[in-house]
Amino acid sequence: MNFWHFLQLNWPELWLRVSEHVVLVFVAILVAVLIGVPTGILLTRYRPLRGPVLGIANVMQTIPSLALFGFLIPLPFIGGIGARTALVALVVYSLLPIIRNTVTGILGVEPSVREAAVAMGMTDGQVLRQVELPLAMGVIVTGIRVATVIAVGVTTIAAAVGAGGLGVYIFRGLRQYDNNLLLAGALSAALLALAADFSLGLLERRFSFEAKRKGAVLEKLALAAGILLLIGAGFTLWRSGMAGTQAGEARVAVGSKDFTESVLLAEIVAQMLEARGVSVERRLEMGGNLPHDALVSGTLDLYPEYTGTSYTAILHHTPITDPRVVYEQVKHEYANQFHVEVSPPLGFENTFAILVRGDDARKLNLKTISDAALQAPRWRAGFGQDFMSRADGYPGFSKAYGLKFAEVREMDLSLTYIALSSRQVDLIAGNSTEGRIATLDLFQLADDRHYFPPYEAVYLVRQDSLARVPALKEVLSKLASALSTDEMRRLNYEIDGNKRDPKEVVKEWLAKRGQ
Amino acid sequence: MLGESGCGKTTTLKLVNRLLTPSAGHVLVEGKATTAWDPIELRRRIGYVIQEGGLFPHFTIARNVGLVPVLSGWERERTNERVRELLNLVGLDPDRFAERYPRELSGGQRQRVGVARALAADPPLLLLDEPFGALDPLTRASLQREFADLTTRLGKTAILVTHDVREALILARRIGLMHKGQLVLLETPERFLSSDNPQAKAYIETLELNGEVDGGTQ
Repeated sequence: MNFWHFLQLNWPELWLRVSEHVVLVFVAILVAVLIGVPTGILLTRYRPLRGPVLGIANVMQTIPSLALFGFLIPLPFIGGIGARTALVALVVYSLLPIIRNTVTGILGVEPSVREAAVAMGMTDGQVLRQVELPLAMGVIVTGIRVATVIAVGVTTIAAAVGAGGLGVYIFRGLRQYDNNLLLAGALSAALLALAADFSLGLLERRFSFEAKRKGAVLEKLALAAGILLLIGAGFTLWRSGMAGTQAGEARVAVGSKDFTESVLLAEIVAQMLEARGVSVERRLEMGGNLPHDALVSGTLDLYPEYTGTSYTAILHHTPITDPRVVYEQVKHEYANQFHVEVSPPLGFENTFAILVRGDDARKLNLKTISDAALQAPRWRAGFGQDFMSRADGYPGFSKAYGLKFAEVREMDLSLTYIALSSRQVDLIAGNSTEGRIATLDLFQLADDRHYFPPYEAVYLVRQDSLARVPALKEVLSKLASALSTDEMRRLNYEIDGNKRDPKEVVKEWLAKRGQ
Repeated sequence: MLGESGCGKTTTLKLVNRLLTPSAGHVLVEGKATTAWDPIELRRRIGYVIQEGGLFPHFTIARNVGLVPVLSGWERERTNERVRELLNLVGLDPDRFAERYPRELSGGQRQRVGVARALAADPPLLLLDEPFGALDPLTRASLQREFADLTTRLGKTAILVTHDVREALILARRIGLMHKGQLVLLETPERFLSSDNPQAKAYIETLELNGEVDGGTQ
């Protein structure tokens, strides 16, 4: 599919993402100006505050965004998931340039002009409003311009907390190795940044009293275009918001992690609930362990998870190998600690699959990981960041099998499959349900020492949500043992391999099952 | 007020309109200590002219001149009339200059606007801090003459700071000579020229070197 074809097909969603992006940036900058400019003015009046406040704003800007989100999600009022949390983070990142330029702008007003103002008998307020602010306005607008361009970039991260925006396309494109998605997201974000930079540049020139004003027509055009974009974006969001709230009282927020299988499983529940008249809010493709935080804090009602991940990454237990024990333990502890119910297993396991090329396996007669250990010193391995860092990943795995590779490369998980089939690496740790295992002729080595803990797919759902929405229990029980590993692999491939829309794939699957 | 750079002339001036408050003693304006005045009221009674005009670059000439009347709550009509009157008074055609910005004017024109602004609300007092310092000799001479006429006609009390003895002799009724923070002499121009004070003598010598002493006053 070429890019233009892609744009034609996906124009409505792209416009929705652009709208979300524009509105997030606009509201964030508006709030940041309302906070930042008065703060800056205050700092020019109370000198001792200047160092500490600018220092704090400086430090806030250096906090990595995912860490900031993780910190915000459990907080009441400003936290949770969705646009509000993203806005809080965006405002935090936008404050520094605005405060700093307000201070610089006001302090940069010619002392003789300020003195003349005082000597004319102006009160402090009059000096500020009639002389200092108008003369500082050019510098202040420069600060707002810098903050806006930064915000257009940072807003791509908002997708990680389910706030939408162009980041949805960028993250999805990276994950699915889809250049059209990447290009649509990144190009639109870049164009937005350029447009914001250009129009605020015009505004900035308007406030410069040294240079003669020109291009008044251009200014008006840019202003009109900006207002139209904002109105259009606001209207789009308002309409999509209305569509979401029509269905009425029973409302369920369904989340997912940021990989295909998780999105698919969330979509299955979402569509089944909708078929039963329940209104669903989709908070898909959230980064890291943010869905867990969101579930515990009550902004999500449910999301798909793997028992092994809960057991090791959330509950911090050392990996064990009996699936029954893991499931029971997770169920018990989640109920006690988080008031969260664990659904019956969905029927397939998704564990780390140690993969080699099919021709290597046949040529060298490899069946198990132990067989491959002999080859390891001549092999290069490629592992995802997640596998490299988690308790049940590379460190324990290499020890359990006594593996020593010639080279270990850490890379994006979805890229490892391509690296393996194109002979850039010789062994990878993929997901057992990955659709490309069959299509790329890869071979999964048996875990003969039973190192990897079982990763049964389940849904995690809040107890109070189950009580509030009776349809949830029925849907979850219908899904018990409903998906085999082969079936899951096939569904994943429909999306990653055939580049189809998860919604359609799920609809088809449900129709086939008669649900 | 005559003296070298750094001798305290400008500081003295700023004590009068309370841009500075005295660390000891009092400055009396109309018989009342500056610290006892409401500073805003005090400053609106005192016109203030500084070097290069100190004009507001984002205001038109009309708005610069009309500033104090507007601050004092004059009606728009009265302010506009006053602005035209003053621009005419300082020799700037209102129709040509009222809507321009300070950057579009020459140094001499800006200085005239500065004077017009100081006179706008008809304050009884004027403070001028080296108002003609940055101008070329010809413009300076003509502005000095005009200013001398103006103050005589308007009957204002004015304190003008300068380091130019010729300017002091042309404009002043009394010359206050400052040296290292002290007022060392306060005399009429005639008496200043015949003074024994060593600082005054040093200034007079600079005139003689240039052969510029006016025979009549000697």
